Amino acid sequence: MASASSLVRLEGLTVAFDGVRVLHGVDVELARGGTLGLVGESGSGKSVTWLAALGLLPTKARVEGRVLLDGEDLLAASERRLDAVRGGRIAMIFQDPASALNPVLTIRRQIGEALALHRGLSGRAIGAEAKRLLDLVGIPDAERRLSAYPHEFSGGQNQRIMIAMALAGRPDLLVADEPTTALDVTIQAQILDLLDLVRRETGMALVLISHDLGVVSQTCDRVAVMYAGRIVEEGPSDRLFADPAHPYTRGLIGALPPLDGSRRRLVSIAGTVPDPKAPPPGCAFAPRCLHSDRRCAVAQPSVETIEPGRRMACVLAVHRREESAGAASSLARKETAAS
Amino acid sequence: MARWFALRALRGALTVALVVTFAFVVLRMSADPALVILGPEAPPEVIAAFRKSWGLDEPIFVQYLDYVAAIFRGELGRSMRDGRPAIELVAERIPATLALTLPALALKIGIGIPAGVWASLHRGTLVDRAVMSLAVAGFTVPSFVLGLVLVLVFSVKLGWLPSGGQDTWTHAILPIVTMGVGGAAVLARFTRSAMLEVLGQPYMRTASAKGLPWARAIRDHALPNAAIPTVTIVGFMVGTLIAGAVVVESVFSWPGVGRLLVVAVSNRDLAVVQCILLLVAATMVASNFVVDLLYGLLDPRLATGARGAGH
Ligand SMILES: Nc1ncnc2c1ncn2[C@@H]1O[C@H](COP(=O)(O)OP(=O)(O)OP(=O)(O)O)[C@@H](O)[C@H]1O
Ligand SMILES: [Mg+2]
Repeated sequence: MASASSLVRLEGLTVAFDGVRVLHGVDVELARGGTLGLVGESGSGKSVTWLAALGLLPTKARVEGRVLLDGEDLLAASERRLDAVRGGRIAMIFQDPASALNPVLTIRRQIGEALALHRGLSGRAIGAEAKRLLDLVGIPDAERRLSAYPHEFSGGQNQRIMIAMALAGRPDLLVADEPTTALDVTIQAQILDLLDLVRRETGMALVLISHDLGVVSQTCDRVAVMYAGRIVEEGPSDRLFADPAHPYTRGLIGALPPLDGSRRRLVSIAGTVPDPKAPPPGCAFAPRCLHSDRRCAVAQPSVETIEPGRRMACVLAVHRREESAGAASSLARKETAAS
Repeated sequence: MARWFALRALRGALTVALVVTFAFVVLRMSADPALVILGPEAPPEVIAAFRKSWGLDEPIFVQYLDYVAAIFRGELGRSMRDGRPAIELVAERIPATLALTLPALALKIGIGIPAGVWASLHRGTLVDRAVMSLAVAGFTVPSFVLGLVLVLVFSVKLGWLPSGGQDTWTHAILPIVTMGVGGAAVLARFTRSAMLEVLGQPYMRTASAKGLPWARAIRDHALPNAAIPTVTIVGFMVGTLIAGAVVVESVFSWPGVGRLLVVAVSNRDLAVVQCILLLVAATMVASNFVVDLLYGLLDPRLATGARGAGH
């Protein structure tokens, strides 16, 4: 999967908190200007993956593996080097924009910091550029609102401000960690559209973290599905959506609400995510899997390439796909009915 | 804003009125000033004359109304002991008290806040635990005990510093340290927990995520937020500048307002006690008021409460 043009590549990324592993070797690659969706239930390690990559986890976290940005390993980089990367090469925005912005500093100040750090701007130039960014993300009356504080904006506006702040350093990659979860349904679509728009205009790459496979497949070329600290399936969104291979992915898609229905929190696969302190033997999804048998409890399934550009980690599904390609779709239908 | 000011003023006035009334009731119900000041052996006609001249023969609520009326006229009465205006007696003690409490306040702030910030940034390390253990000790040990221990060590054993009186500036060192240590401890603990709260906030992660070096994230993002709760405690300490030295002044025989209060209470010297309490209440109310103003400056969410809701 290694390719010369990749912007960011995570290799065997593991994270442990107080001796408990929550990430078990994540490999993922992102092309320059590419878009990657990262989906999975709560606690599957989506946030930790990218916080670890940027060195933003608390010091008690033990991070191993490699995080390559244009071939440079960020896990081995100095704190100073990381400060230049954070916001300058890779920016990140978070779930709850209201608490992600500092309540006692003006918007101008908070965007201005990024402009000063990564673009070397000062004085008047900061004000002008901050205004341009606010215009870009669709904050009306930008000139005047620069001197306002976060509590004077709505949740959606605050997320727009976060996006403006992320764009300030002209990053090559924006990691958006559930940027719409805390927002009203009507605002969610607007923010996703905005992300898509700025991505097209700037040509930066995007990682979109979400619970919602539907959201991700609309915005991203590629999707990685995470379960219990591992990527269980990864591939082009259209292929993965049309023909999900891993039982967990199929469960996620089966749990999607009907197209005409209102959107709700998904994931109605029976059972819960395993406790990272007491992981099941073998495949972590086996206890909830409709197809699991003895083989699943024996060993961690290895990651197999099932088509060019698609990989997956499930012992049974690999067999099944080898046996017959046609049977998979009928299986998927049965699961949908069961879940 | 005008409403806010009016409300604050009303609350302040109410506080002062309550304190003054409470002191009047307690002092007048607990003992007869005539007997306390003249002694139980004094002839009855002398006592009667004393009572008459101070108005003590009137019904208690008449005395109370007279007293309140006098306050409104700006008269705080005279000491029953030597007949001098109470305000004069109190005023001449204030410099001595401030000579202790102001340096002690500087000590509390100068040591307490940096120690708290420092401990929060090195959470869980040996030094953090050491600072916090000291802080617990500092505010559980009563100041008279600490004062006596300091006297034992530095005056009696080592003979470095005087144990009481106010002849030279060296006399002030032990009382200042005694007062400062406890306050610094309180402030250190409080600052530490305020900082820890702030450091765990998502906006601190945002600051790092945009590439702000850690030291600058602390200075520009954490400290201004942690200052908001810390100002409350500092404000409270400012409020005790006048009356906060009662115990320490007694231990070190320092002739300040606190000592005067102790003597006046035991004499049931109503005017003097009232005068001091009035002063104390007024300082408290004033410092509270300043704290509220500071909140508005430090926390834009409060300052623009009415304006922000419109958006
Ligand atoms: N600071 C931390 N200390 C200890 N454990 C943590 C910490 N942060 C995350 N974890 C653990 O790491 C695992 C993965 O968490 P993570 O936040 O990455 O999940 P997620 O996929 O982002 O979920 P969500 O959709 O709820 O955001 C969880 O088991 C979580 O409890
Ligand atoms: Mg998350």
